[in-house]
Amino acid sequence: MELSGGQILVQSLIDEGVEYIFGYPGGAVLHLYDALFQQEALKHILVRHEQGATHAADGYARATGKPGVVLVTSGPGATNAVTGIATAYMDSIPLVVISGQVSLPVIGSDAFQEVDMIGITRPCVKHNFLVKDVTKLAETIKKAFYVATTGRPGPVVIDVPKDITAPHIKVPYKYPKKVAMRSYNPVVSGHKGQIKKAVELLLAAQKPIIYAGGGVVLGEASKELTEFTRLLGYPITNTLMGLGAYPATDKQFIGMLGMHGTYEANMAMHESDVIIAIGARFDDRVTGKLDLFCPYAKIIHIDIDPASIAKTVKVDIPIVGDVKPVLEQMIALVKDSPKKANKKALEAWWQQIAVWQAVDCLQFDRTGPLIKPQYVIEQLYEVTKGEAYVTSDVGQHQMWAAQYYPFDKPRRWINSGGLGTMGFGLPAAIGVKLAFPDADVACVTGEASIQMCIQELSTALQYKTPIKIINLNNRYMGMVRQWQEFTYESRYSHSYMDTIPEFVKLAEAYGHVGMRIDKPEEVRPALEAAFAMKDRTVFLDIMTDRTENVYPMIEAGKGHHDMKLRVATGTSTDRELA
Amino acid sequence: MRHIISILMENESGALSRVAGLFSARGYNIESLTVAPTEDPSLSRMTLVTRGSEEIIEQITKQLNKLIDVVKLIDLAESFHIERELMMVKIKTSPEIRDEIRSMADIFRGKIIDVTPTTYIVEMTGPSEKLDAFIAAVDPETIVEVVRSGPTGISRGEKSLHV
Repeated sequence: MELSGGQILVQSLIDEGVEYIFGYPGGAVLHLYDALFQQEALKHILVRHEQGATHAADGYARATGKPGVVLVTSGPGATNAVTGIATAYMDSIPLVVISGQVSLPVIGSDAFQEVDMIGITRPCVKHNFLVKDVTKLAETIKKAFYVATTGRPGPVVIDVPKDITAPHIKVPYKYPKKVAMRSYNPVVSGHKGQIKKAVELLLAAQKPIIYAGGGVVLGEASKELTEFTRLLGYPITNTLMGLGAYPATDKQFIGMLGMHGTYEANMAMHESDVIIAIGARFDDRVTGKLDLFCPYAKIIHIDIDPASIAKTVKVDIPIVGDVKPVLEQMIALVKDSPKKANKKALEAWWQQIAVWQAVDCLQFDRTGPLIKPQYVIEQLYEVTKGEAYVTSDVGQHQMWAAQYYPFDKPRRWINSGGLGTMGFGLPAAIGVKLAFPDADVACVTGEASIQMCIQELSTALQYKTPIKIINLNNRYMGMVRQWQEFTYESRYSHSYMDTIPEFVKLAEAYGHVGMRIDKPEEVRPALEAAFAMKDRTVFLDIMTDRTENVYPMIEAGKGHHDMKLRVATGTSTDRELA
Repeated sequence: MRHIISILMENESGALSRVAGLFSARGYNIESLTVAPTEDPSLSRMTLVTRGSEEIIEQITKQLNKLIDVVKLIDLAESFHIERELMMVKIKTSPEIRDEIRSMADIFRGKIIDVTPTTYIVEMTGPSEKLDAFIAAVDPETIVEVVRSGPTGISRGEKSLHV
C-alpha cells in the first residue's frame, strides 16, 4: 500500500488504536488535516487553544491509562502546547504530541511560523523526534507510542515538517507491530534480594507507614497495593497524585500527606520507624524541609525510575522496578514468612494514630451564613455518591477537593500535581467525558483558574461533553491570598480581580446552563439539579467565604510534625473582616 | 570529586544538545566535553568531565541513562583507566628562547608541528595535569594561543564500554 506522509500519519494512529486526537489546524499541518478529512475512524476534537488540546488529551490519558494524542501546527501552535506538555511530563502522563514544522529546506531560516520545537520541548518531554524522511514516519510514530507508554511514562513530541506530509509523495506503508530500541530498555523487574530485605524490614517494624503515590495509579497496581496494605494491617497515606490508589474510605487510610495533608498522616510519617514509599518521589510538597524529614525512619523505596531514588532523600532499601510485580512478590513473601507483623507494637501504633486523628484537622465552621468551600466538596461527594471523575485546576479548591472528596478508585482524581497548571481542569474534564460518556465528570475550579482556559467551554458544546463545573468563587486567587496572609502580613498584592465576569451569562453565551449559588442551603439542591441534567454542561458559580484558608498546612521551611492547624476561633483574616 | 563519564550514544542530530541541556537544566557543571563517532558510525562516544559529590554524580549518571539516545555509560574514575588530552600551543619565539622551548617540548614529549620565523606550535598529549604543567613552565608572555581537546579516556584491561 502506497500512501502520502499525511495519510501515513493518520493511518498509523488508527493502526495504533487511537480513538481521539485533540488538535487545532494551521499552515504546516494542512496536508495532515486534509488526510484527516478523508477518513472517519480517527475522531478529531477541535479545541479553541492548543493548551486545551494537550490538557484534554492529558485528562483522557489519566482517566483511561491510554496515551493521549495531540496535533498542533508549527510556531505558535507548537509553543501553545508546551505548557500542557510540561504538565504531562511532571506527572508522568503518556502523550504523543504531533507538531507541524516548516518544510525541511527552510528549517533554520526563520521561516513563517517556524520555531525550534525540538529545542523548546527538550527539557519537558521524555523524548522527541524530528522526522526527516517520510519512509521512517510510521516507524517513528510506533517508537513515540512505545517510549511514551512504557517504563516511567511521559510525553513524546514528533515534529513533522510540512513537506514530509505532501500528498504527491507516496511511499510504501506498513505499520510496525513491534519496535525495539537498543538505547531504551524499560522493562525492569525488582531485585529479588532487595525485595526480600524490604519485607524483612517491614515485618520487623514497630511504627510502619505505607506512603504510596501516582506510580501506583500509572502502574495499574491499586489492587496489589490494597491487598498488600490489608495483609499487613499498616496505616497508609497517599500523595496528591496517588489519591484513589488505595480506597480513601477504608479505615487503614489516614489521608493525604504533605503540605496540606492530614495531621495524622504527617505525624505518622514523622514518628515512623519504617517507611515504604511506593511509586512516590519525595516531592518537596510532600517532604517539607528535608533536614527534618522522617528522622527516625528506615526507608524502602520502590520506583520504576532509578533517577527518582535517592534524588532528594537517602533510602535504605532501593528497589528499581515496576510496582505491580514488585508488590505481587512482596505479598507472596509476607504470606510465606514465618515471621509476622508485630501485633502488639502495631496496636500501640494505631492507638497513637487515633490520638492524632482525634485532633480532627479537617474540621471547619458549619454554622455561619457563608458557603464554606469544604462543604461544597462534601456535598459534591454525596450527590455523585463518590463515583464521579473529578478534575481540578490549581490552588485552594484543588486542595479542598483532595481533602474532602475521598476517592475509592484510581484514575478518578485528575489534577496537575507536579507543574501546578492553572487552566488544566476544564479541558481535562472534556477529555475524561469523551472517554467515559456515561460517567459523572466534575471540574472543581476557582474563578481565577477557570479563566485560563475558559474558551474550551465552546469545545464542550461542539462535542457534547456534558460536564459540571464547580466554580468555588471567592473573588481572590485564594492560595496566593492565603500565602500573603500568612507570610506577607496580609498585603494582598494582585491576588484580587475586581472585574470578574458574570459566569452565569458567560456559560449561557457559550450555550450552557449557568447557575449562581449564594447561600449554603442552595448548594445541595443546585448540585442535584446540575447532575440531573445529563446532557448539559452546567456552570455552578458558587460564592464561597472569601477568607477561608486551606488547613492544616506545613509552612515553608517546616517539618511534618510542625503543622499549622485551624484555630477554633477563626483565622486572623476572619477576625479582621468580622 | 572529579569524574570522567564516558558515554556511548546514538549518533543522532540533537543528541549532544540533550546531554548539554540536561546539565544546564539540572545545574550540574561540565568541565569539558568531547564527542566523535566510533568505529560504528551509528554510535558516538562522548567523554564528559564533571565534578560533584557522590550523590550528584549518582544523579548525573542516572539522568544521563534516562536519555533515550544514551545506549550505555561508565564512570571511568571508578576504576583503572587511561586518560589523554590533546593540546596545541602557539608560542611567540625570539631567537634567544627557541632552544629552550624545543628542549621543554622534548621533556614533556611534545612535538613542534609548525615553525615560522616568529612562532612555534607545540603539540602534546597526556593526562590533563601534564598539559597544565607544560603551560605553567612556559613564560606566559610568550603564549599566543592554547587549544585543548578536553580529556578522553578508556578503561584498562578487559573492561570496556561497547554495545
